[in-house]
Amino acid sequence: MIDNGNPTDGLLDDPVNRRLLDDFQDGFPLSSRPYADMAARLGMSESEVLERLRRLTAAGCVSRVGAVVRPQSIGASLLAAMAVPAERLDAVADLVSACPEVNHNYEREHAINLWFVVTTADEREAAAVIDDIESRTGLPVLRLPLLDQYHIDLGFQLEWERPRA
Amino acid sequence: MNRLRDDGVFAGLGEVHRRLLDLLAAGLPLTPRPYRDLAATLGVSEDEVIDGVAALRELGVIKRFGVVVRHHELGYRANAMAVWDIPDDEVATVAERLRAFPFVTLCYRRPRRPPVWPYNLFCMIHGRDRARVEGQVGTLIDVCGLDGYGHAVLFSRRRFKQRGARYARAAEPVA
Repeated sequence: MIDNGNPTDGLLDDPVNRRLLDDFQDGFPLSSRPYADMAARLGMSESEVLERLRRLTAAGCVSRVGAVVRPQSIGASLLAAMAVPAERLDAVADLVSACPEVNHNYEREHAINLWFVVTTADEREAAAVIDDIESRTGLPVLRLPLLDQYHIDLGFQLEWERPRA
Repeated sequence: MNRLRDDGVFAGLGEVHRRLLDLLAAGLPLTPRPYRDLAATLGVSEDEVIDGVAALRELGVIKRFGVVVRHHELGYRANAMAVWDIPDDEVATVAERLRAFPFVTLCYRRPRRPPVWPYNLFCMIHGRDRARVEGQVGTLIDVCGLDGYGHAVLFSRRRFKQRGARYARAAEPVA
């Protein structure tokens, strides 16, 4: 389980870090020195941008600087869910997380309590991963493929609790 | 010219693009020349990597490219999947209304799996606390006129794993 408490408050009080988190969720520069381009916009050095991103990543505030892929535009991305008896949940969750094809895995408050996403090159591979999880756990897995997506992902506008300095 | 197939799968995308996507989904290195570093891993030129990212962006395979934040660490502790059972001929209209709300971060149609799972419309909502997210779901129900439809709100309890997706074929792992 990933839960780091809350070591991030000091980092998030910093107005430059807030800009790093807010202003660069999309449109990351496609240039040879992209962090230097960010630095120019922020009025600081390239090495300071890199250092701040390293710290935000280490603290868990930033997952990565990279791509968010539109589901189903390439490969297969399948939402799956299971009703796992409470006493088996930790073990089954570990088994699911250990699959390299699983990129999200959450416990949710419902009789169907384990929710995960399998992402593979094609649907056949995704089905094989699910089949394998079913046979190793002896539990049925609901397959909930995406049929339509209505949302255009523009990033996540953060609402800071304290006003920006 | 490669084309998007009707089902949205980009048929003409080659293995180099898949490996590039895997690297981009895992994250750029925090080094002064990140594209050159990816190029070295893939055995192509820096310009080919930059052009590849631009092409994947243009095609819509990459929907967002930049700093990917983790909601939980930023104080968004309440993450709910709100689901509804909406008649098939109304679901697109309802989804159009739902997605206009800024706190709805994803909105998808998925199949029902009766009898255990009767819901076909899925929204993700990230909020600072549970009470606020419950209030936001209430707002959606009121404003979009959804009180006649079955629904459930599944708050996340524990996060076991969260990372970018991988698309390369299993037989050809990313170096």
